[in-house]
Amino acid sequence: MSREDTGARRAVDRLREAAFSPTRDGSNRLVAGVAVLIAVTVISPLLWLFLRAAAVGPREALSILVAPSTLDVFVNSVGLVASVTGLSVALGVPLAVLTVLSDLPFRRVWTVALSLPLVVPSYLGAFAFVSAFGPRGELAELLSPLGVTIPTVYGFQGATLVLGLFVYPYVFLTTRASLLSFDTEQLEAAQTLNHGFRSAFRRVVLPQIAPGMTAGALLVAFYALSDFGTPAIMHFDTFTRVIYVQYNNFGRGTASLLSIQLLAVTALVLFLESRLGDAGGDGYGGGVVGTDSPVASLGWAKLPALAFCALVVGLTLVIPVAIFGMWLLRSGPGYASAGIGFQWDFAINSVYVSVLAAVGTVLAALPIAYVSARSDSRVAQLLERSTYVGYAVPGIVLALALVFLGANYFPWLYQTLPLLVFAYIVRFLPQAVGSTRSSVIQVDAKLLGAARTLGETPRGAFRRVTLPLIAPGLVAGAALVFLTTMKELPATLILHPTGFTTLVTYIWRVQEAGYYGRAALPALVLVAVSALSMILLLRQEGDDA
Amino acid sequence: MPNDTLEIPRRTTTDTAESTPDASAMLTLDGVTKRYGAEAAVDDIDLTVRDGELLTLLGPSGCGKTTTLRMIAGLTMPTSGRVGVDDETVASDGDGVPPEQRDVGMVFQEFALFPHLTVAENVGFGLDDWDADERERRVADLLDLVGLSSFADRSPENLSGGQRQRVALARSLAPEPEVLLLDEPFANLDIRLRERMREEVRRIIKETNVTAVSVTHDQEEALSISDRVAVMSDGHIEQVGRPEAVFEHPKSRFVADFLGQASFLTGRLAENNIETGLGTLSADLLQGLTADYDGARIDVLVRPDDLRATPCDDDRRTGNGTLVGRQYTGPSFVYGVELDTGDVVHCEHNHSTEHELGERVTVDLVADHTLAWYPAE
Repeated sequence: MSREDTGARRAVDRLREAAFSPTRDGSNRLVAGVAVLIAVTVISPLLWLFLRAAAVGPREALSILVAPSTLDVFVNSVGLVASVTGLSVALGVPLAVLTVLSDLPFRRVWTVALSLPLVVPSYLGAFAFVSAFGPRGELAELLSPLGVTIPTVYGFQGATLVLGLFVYPYVFLTTRASLLSFDTEQLEAAQTLNHGFRSAFRRVVLPQIAPGMTAGALLVAFYALSDFGTPAIMHFDTFTRVIYVQYNNFGRGTASLLSIQLLAVTALVLFLESRLGDAGGDGYGGGVVGTDSPVASLGWAKLPALAFCALVVGLTLVIPVAIFGMWLLRSGPGYASAGIGFQWDFAINSVYVSVLAAVGTVLAALPIAYVSARSDSRVAQLLERSTYVGYAVPGIVLALALVFLGANYFPWLYQTLPLLVFAYIVRFLPQAVGSTRSSVIQVDAKLLGAARTLGETPRGAFRRVTLPLIAPGLVAGAALVFLTTMKELPATLILHPTGFTTLVTYIWRVQEAGYYGRAALPALVLVAVSALSMILLLRQEGDDA
Repeated sequence: MPNDTLEIPRRTTTDTAESTPDASAMLTLDGVTKRYGAEAAVDDIDLTVRDGELLTLLGPSGCGKTTTLRMIAGLTMPTSGRVGVDDETVASDGDGVPPEQRDVGMVFQEFALFPHLTVAENVGFGLDDWDADERERRVADLLDLVGLSSFADRSPENLSGGQRQRVALARSLAPEPEVLLLDEPFANLDIRLRERMREEVRRIIKETNVTAVSVTHDQEEALSISDRVAVMSDGHIEQVGRPEAVFEHPKSRFVADFLGQASFLTGRLAENNIETGLGTLSADLLQGLTADYDGARIDVLVRPDDLRATPCDDDRRTGNGTLVGRQYTGPSFVYGVELDTGDVVHCEHNHSTEHELGERVTVDLVADHTLAWYPAE
């Protein structure tokens, strides 16, 4: 018995050696080298940003940083982050509690509908709101004969409202997740210990869902800080908008200094997030949860609760879709007027550049994912982490860094498609690394060993065994990158080659020109694209769990 | 009323509740029914639990025992019927007092300890309206009672299963409930610990003199900890009584089957005798037999310890049955014997007696008590 055992174990060891022994050939080292090269390339643009900022000169830099206008920008940005986070918590937490713990009618339907605003890119939301509630907007036109004037949607309130409405689902979803892993028996235990529902909620539920709420709130803060589209459309001077304006007015030194300042604030948010550890870790008991029956009865509050849900869904889903749909049906005069009419070429351009980005990203992700999945070493982990830099850096800052890099060192790349595609790769590499890495991990190392003992070279084993097995992961990663590229705003805006119009740059142009009606079709296409990417993302998370 | 000392146990022996059947009723259920749609989970239950008594609701899963417990706690409202705690009606005809306003404590199956609070904070959770000194003393007393004084500042996550259960017990006893409910209190413990905790929990309950209702599907647990057992099936209470009474004289085949291994001897009553596969038995052995049944076919309940099988020397000519099954349980063997009449019965034997399958045996009745019987089906 035991002899057989050790025999079997030795055979397994041999298989493992055959699969991984670095002494057999140098191909593993080659892959690792390529991975490191890619990672360094991906981080490099940020280094140029620091170089450019350093060139400004210390005295000038100081005067820019302490200038009242810079301080205003800082206060505006932090204020917006605070108000958006506050609004998101105020919307997300009660809605999560209603859909998990209460006897709200149609809870499943509401859960889906209330998560959907994530599907609308916030700049499209802002766009829809401006054209509905803005001066000479659809609703304003409708109400003005009645003598009703809507308070302005521009500025701080407007940006807060739009961002809050379209990103609160982060808080909603993370809070829901912690509520679902919460053992509702504890709530009943508190009730048998002489605490009413309110008191039990405050003393027992709230402390335990706090980490989940905080995680969602930090995601919102991160989003609000780095979002470019909404403040720009709402004419509210945050870091991202001012950086863009400075860049357009050739104040590139100021733009890079502001970018670094923005990076510092972003780093602070990310630091807080990492300090949080794994949020919403459920208690010791493991969740035996009976949430099929609601715990709290709403009673008289049922109608107000329904109205609240309906209001949020109305503002976030019905208004944008209704506005875009209305424009689509109402073909205004001069629809195809010169220069600004919509052409299907723009959609083709979008698809073309997104396919390039998807393929490029997956090719870059493969070595990094492979090395980090197959090795526990520090270097491998660092390699995987480094790809997240592009994710964490606000898109506008990354775009700017690439502009400096291109204009100063690689003029032949500046305003070309390759540079734009490179920007997308840097931004969305983690998406592809994530899905590729998890599919590589799922490939049993013994299979490779088996292929080797059957006479395959390492490269042959990879091609004939690993690649077919990880193909679904690669395709999923590529699809995700494709869809996120389609709707990416700041990098596209800054780096697109002259004359190369995509759906996004077209929407931006008509938005700036005030011809809202023209954007209906591309906007609806982008909403659909975003919805698809959300479905993909959720499915991927489901697989990982 | 907050009270700074534990109640001094009024009774210390385990079965005094039985000897004082007129002790006042602490908990009463009158016609309590719970319907989910057309289905009745609990159907018209009447039950009285006396002050200081420990009663166990015993039954298979889905019999309505946990629903009954939750209706007593106030976590579920009965569709109809009345629940009374200490002369106060807490639920009647679909409406009632919420759990936090009932004098009822509950120990949950998964214990439901609050993971963000320490052991002491868990125990003190229900003592909000006590003043700080009294609360502190009460928590200390209870931790002492359950033997966890040195664990006061630990997190529940760092406790063993048995310790968690003791914290849950202390927590539910802290606000001095009139009635304590225990939902499958031992289901989450491993077998060895389960037996120790049964004695421990019974000791604590008896020491605090609280009226307790527990729920379980484990007959051994029910028989060993309870003053009385109520066997439930399909939303009804089949039988209530002292554990020995229910075990030895089950009122229905269901109860007989559910409590221990049951076999049935078919037989016909004739005058004062019963003809069975074991031969002719005296009708005096049957409990509560009346003359009305003369000539009727009946089934007599026999348990493995009531019977003994003796091997026959001469093959296939004597004896009254054949060995068809053998189950080794450690301390004993349980043999299955197919009697020549076709009945299959079980006999328990010392583990040193070992017989072969297929052997001819003579099965004898060795019971020293009367037997329960049922009219033949």
